[in-house]
Amino acid sequence: MINIENLHKSYKMGNNTLHVLKGIDFKVEEGELVAIMGSSGSGKSTLLNIVGMLDLLDEGQYTLDDVIIKDLDETKAARYRNKFLGFIFQSFNLINYKNALENVSLPLYYQGIKRKERQQVALSYLERVGLKDWATHLPSELSGGQKQRVAIARAMAARPKVLLADEPTGALDTTTSYEVMDLIQKINEEGKTILVVTHEEDIAKMCKRIVRLKDGVIVEDKKVNQVLASNYV
Amino acid sequence: MFSLDRWQEIFQTIAKNKLRTFLSGFTVALGIFIFIILFGFGNGLKNTFKEEFLDDATNTLRLFAGKTSKPYKGFKSNRRIEFKNSDIEDIKLNFPFYLQYITPRINRYVTSSYKNESNRYQSQGVSPSHQYFEKTIMMSGRFLNENDINNKTKNAVIGRLVARDLFNQDEPLGKYISMDGVAFKVIGVFQDEGGDNEERVVFLPYTTRQLLEKSNDKIDQILVSFKPELGSKVALIFEKKLRLFLKNKKSIDPTDSKGIFIRNVAQAASQNEQFSTGLQYIVTFVGLGTLIAGIIGISNIMVFVVKERTKELGVRKALGASPRSVIAMILQESIFITTLSGSIGMIIAILILQNLGDTLDKFFIRNPYVDISTAIFSTVILIIFGGIAGYIPAKRAASIKPIVALRDE
Repeated sequence: MINIENLHKSYKMGNNTLHVLKGIDFKVEEGELVAIMGSSGSGKSTLLNIVGMLDLLDEGQYTLDDVIIKDLDETKAARYRNKFLGFIFQSFNLINYKNALENVSLPLYYQGIKRKERQQVALSYLERVGLKDWATHLPSELSGGQKQRVAIARAMAARPKVLLADEPTGALDTTTSYEVMDLIQKINEEGKTILVVTHEEDIAKMCKRIVRLKDGVIVEDKKVNQVLASNYV
Repeated sequence: MFSLDRWQEIFQTIAKNKLRTFLSGFTVALGIFIFIILFGFGNGLKNTFKEEFLDDATNTLRLFAGKTSKPYKGFKSNRRIEFKNSDIEDIKLNFPFYLQYITPRINRYVTSSYKNESNRYQSQGVSPSHQYFEKTIMMSGRFLNENDINNKTKNAVIGRLVARDLFNQDEPLGKYISMDGVAFKVIGVFQDEGGDNEERVVFLPYTTRQLLEKSNDKIDQILVSFKPELGSKVALIFEKKLRLFLKNKKSIDPTDSKGIFIRNVAQAASQNEQFSTGLQYIVTFVGLGTLIAGIIGISNIMVFVVKERTKELGVRKALGASPRSVIAMILQESIFITTLSGSIGMIIAILILQNLGDTLDKFFIRNPYVDISTAIFSTVILIIFGGIAGYIPAKRAASIKPIVALRDE
């Protein structure tokens, strides 16, 4: 599904160049649930941003679902993002003046899907995250866990190939974190490929594979026995 | 551009962000409102000037007599000079080349009454050619004629407002009004575009006025018009010669600046015209200033709006919005708001101007108006600049990487 070869990325900081990713080779098969771990500055967010086409790579090759991702301008990136990727953010990033249903239908709007169908699809995804009854509520009327579930529904609504979650539980308490991870595990069970950036060990252990980054290189890449979040809920 | 979905998206944004919409709309509406009101007032000022000064014939010299300030030929200084009937005849005799019309004028305030109505008006003892000088327009009856002058008749021509005051609905023609106790027959009613004061005047033969004042032959003022084809330069020569002639006749020192006064209406009119043009420049300048202030206002609000929405735009981009669709959304929204509120401001301002009419006459603003094309043009300008003002920050916001826009603050 995802194939990254010899990925380099550096940032110019005045006269200095900060070499963040120093040759990453990274492969993700369809249906995997991968945790990317590492301390801050290890390059894990940069890796996710490149996978998410929010940032450009300097060197190397990136293939997503057999499509070589290169020469990205903003318009092309936007189209790929819409087609391939669903984002889940630490701070949810829901649009505050749109209700849950409208937030979930937004990626479908950018896919050019008709309003009626948009609402049906969005409602079905809200139902899957257990928030059908909250469809007309504004984000300000929802709890943190509910907001993240709406965000997950939104990320899935566009039927992306890959879900990218950047610290999805970072703003949530432990119980709510496990609820969200339970949802992510269930979505993964249905066959969706998911990448989770986290620095919490317990969250990482709920994935099927852990990739550790340190100073811009992968220091460890191992399959783990998945801990089911439902045990804690 | 006209997809229903896009509009629904925009209407939702507008409806859910009322304060923001109101602020930007209000700025635009206010800008265009003030511009049109100011422009209208400027036009009103110009109207006043035109009406005040352009209703009288401009090829006119007004002759006044005063006291001398220098002794001459045995006369002491400070001698009062007065015009006499013979002066009129002498001017006619000596200046046929220049002269078009000439009339004496004797101003007196008189109490005029008809039945129970009574009021004080200015009466002017004049000759028939006076009609030309004031561009007096007869509404009914006739103006004074030579017969009235020669026979010193007690005929009077009254202004429209005098007729309204004294006769109300009655027909004034042929009726007798009392002026300071002397009965005059109304032979005509006139109107004058010079405003109310010039329609509260009664004309009578100057010879009759002199008869009433112990048969003297004194004249307050002489109005002389020169042939218009001579032009203003020749008119100045005429003025000079006339002054010299009268000074000679009245034994006034030629170097005495007092004694005889001549006011050249043509010169005054050209000065007024300059003033009026200056006024127009000021009005245009102020109007442009307001418009620019309005544009700056919109720009500020657009910068603020885009700044406020940076995160939202980042989210939209992460969800697959192309930079173009982001710019189009912001632009369409801002143009929609500017067009709507600009039109509202424009319409309100035009309605107010139309309903003002003569109510600001006191402040020299008469019939303020803005022609529709100016109003629409300025509104369109504001919309275009509002669009440009929105486009620049929108373009910048659209080119920000979503990763930057989404960064937690």
